[in-house]
Amino acid sequence: MSVTKTDVLVIGGGMAAAWAAIAAAEAGAHVTVVDKGAMGTSGVTATGGPGHWWVSPDPAERREAIARQTAKAAGLGDPAWMERILDLTWRHLPTIAPYYPFGRDGRGGRFINGVRGPEYMRALRAFAITRGVEIRDHHPALELITDHDGRVIGARGQNLRDGQPWDVRSGAVVLATGGAAFRSGLIGGHGCTGDGHLMAVEAGAHLSGMEFSISYSLSPAWASTRTLPFTGARFYDADGQELDIAPPRTGHLHNQALGAAMLAGTVFADLIDAPRDLPPILRRIQPLTVAAFERRGIDLFRDRFPVRLFGEGTVRGSGGIDLVDDTCGTGVPGLYAAGDAATRELVAGASSGGGAVNSAWALSSGRIAGAAAAAEARREIAYDGVPRALGRAGLRPDGAERDIDTAALIRRAGAAVHDYDKAFWRRESTLATSARVLDDDWQLIAAHGHATGRARVELRAAAAVVATARWVIASARERRETRGLHYRDDARAADPAQARRLLCGGLDDVWVRPLSPAKAEVAA
Amino acid sequence: MIAHLIAERCTNCAACVAACPALVFDPGETRPVIARADACQTCYLCELACSEDALYVAPENDSHAAPPVTQLIAAGLIGRIRADSGWNDPADSGQLDDYRLLGPLLGAGVDIATQRYMARHAHD
Repeated sequence: MSVTKTDVLVIGGGMAAAWAAIAAAEAGAHVTVVDKGAMGTSGVTATGGPGHWWVSPDPAERREAIARQTAKAAGLGDPAWMERILDLTWRHLPTIAPYYPFGRDGRGGRFINGVRGPEYMRALRAFAITRGVEIRDHHPALELITDHDGRVIGARGQNLRDGQPWDVRSGAVVLATGGAAFRSGLIGGHGCTGDGHLMAVEAGAHLSGMEFSISYSLSPAWASTRTLPFTGARFYDADGQELDIAPPRTGHLHNQALGAAMLAGTVFADLIDAPRDLPPILRRIQPLTVAAFERRGIDLFRDRFPVRLFGEGTVRGSGGIDLVDDTCGTGVPGLYAAGDAATRELVAGASSGGGAVNSAWALSSGRIAGAAAAAEARREIAYDGVPRALGRAGLRPDGAERDIDTAALIRRAGAAVHDYDKAFWRRESTLATSARVLDDDWQLIAAHGHATGRARVELRAAAAVVATARWVIASARERRETRGLHYRDDARAADPAQARRLLCGGLDDVWVRPLSPAKAEVAA
Repeated sequence: MIAHLIAERCTNCAACVAACPALVFDPGETRPVIARADACQTCYLCELACSEDALYVAPENDSHAAPPVTQLIAAGLIGRIRADSGWNDPADSGQLDDYRLLGPLLGAGVDIATQRYMARHAHD
């Protein structure tokens, strides 16, 4: 296998990856991006339309916005991080102007903070290329490589176009692999299989907040779309009886009411109450959403249609790879994390960072991690000895090789995390059952998983899905209270004594423990 | 899922091969080949990338079934996403001028649901 060298290796192809690559290149590094899909169309931003958390630098406005967000974070946010991402987003989002056709704001200026996904990712790709970033599409990473001291010195993976393995050595690595959507069918979320979470833990990093992974979006039953037209929907059962569904703003109650109705039968949406200004311009705002209906011959504002809730996992949750310092370092030398792959509890706490805060986070953490990785690469730390390739489950089985039904493993992991009855009413008994199922599946992959070609990439993705589901379930068991996105049917109130983050990790043996107060103080 | 690659329109530019995040297309001698149709995620981004309007994605995430191309052309559905998105127009033609209304309209829908629920439960 040929080995190539670069200063900064960015793994992932969404908005955090792009911003990390741009920032690292601006800091003078040679940057290589490897993505399982293609930068520009990969990930949930490309089919979405991120509004960014956007507050003018006026000190009073910033203070007020941070106070509101701190309250929403339910005791787990960090105002200093919020201030950082507001500042970085305000300064850097406008810099895409040469590549992005900003629309008008209706007051004579440009509308900056909300950007449409396909155009945004097209712009970020062009921006990165202009900065000299080398982009390798369809190059999934399979495992990290360290030196004998545990410093990350690169990654290995596979080129899907020619089937050949690749090996890139770098001065630093940024994991920007996205959140974990557990193959729920969420639009743009197919590649969000927790690959970076698994690679980070294999390298010795920890995760945080994986219990904050209960988020769903409503869509027509036949395909996940954006939710813009549906927020005012009325709901009906199969007999045409209107259902009494608590409105979206009620959070858990809304999900529970819809979930219960969907467990009982097909639920139909009726958009007769949609804002009157919406139908004539929906096509100009979200062309893809219109296509999902028009191509089935359905008038979405007149005809009732069946709906489902699509799981968004940690994509709109807030858990992910723990960050131990203000450079988005993971605690593993040479390894950084950004975007939805990283924990967003610093800015979203126990709440959904969905939409604005997550987008500002992806931009900002991308830029922070990219710049820090470039600085790390400049140190040119030499290594000797034989590099270690860290991947085990799905790549190097402990026992006899066996064919594994990866689709079934992924379905079970998705069911453990996202099935309405398990997710909207988490209880120790069902969580314990899920943990046993997932432990068995993990043992199967770790002991016997082996494949070649594209199947190897899919098997490794299945290992990451199962691993990530185990961390979610273990964290949900440990948080014996209801807080933010995490609802325990057997502990329905918040417990002030549990207003602290939960770290987790481990491969064969999963562990969860509270973030120690000493570390929390250092971080503060 | 991907339903049609219209041979007469395709110029073999291979933009779809490069764009597809699931690598559904392989390069071909005269035009790309739909090599892994079942990997399609119904994201429509290949259609957006196709400047010749030579692709059509069926709306269901578990089916390739679609009417014949002639019928889709007659219905104005081929190339519709690209046209709606303004990708055939110059970058400064205002194709994102309504985008600022997304947030307010989303919020308006949420308010409508809230008010309807409160009115219904006013006497609870």
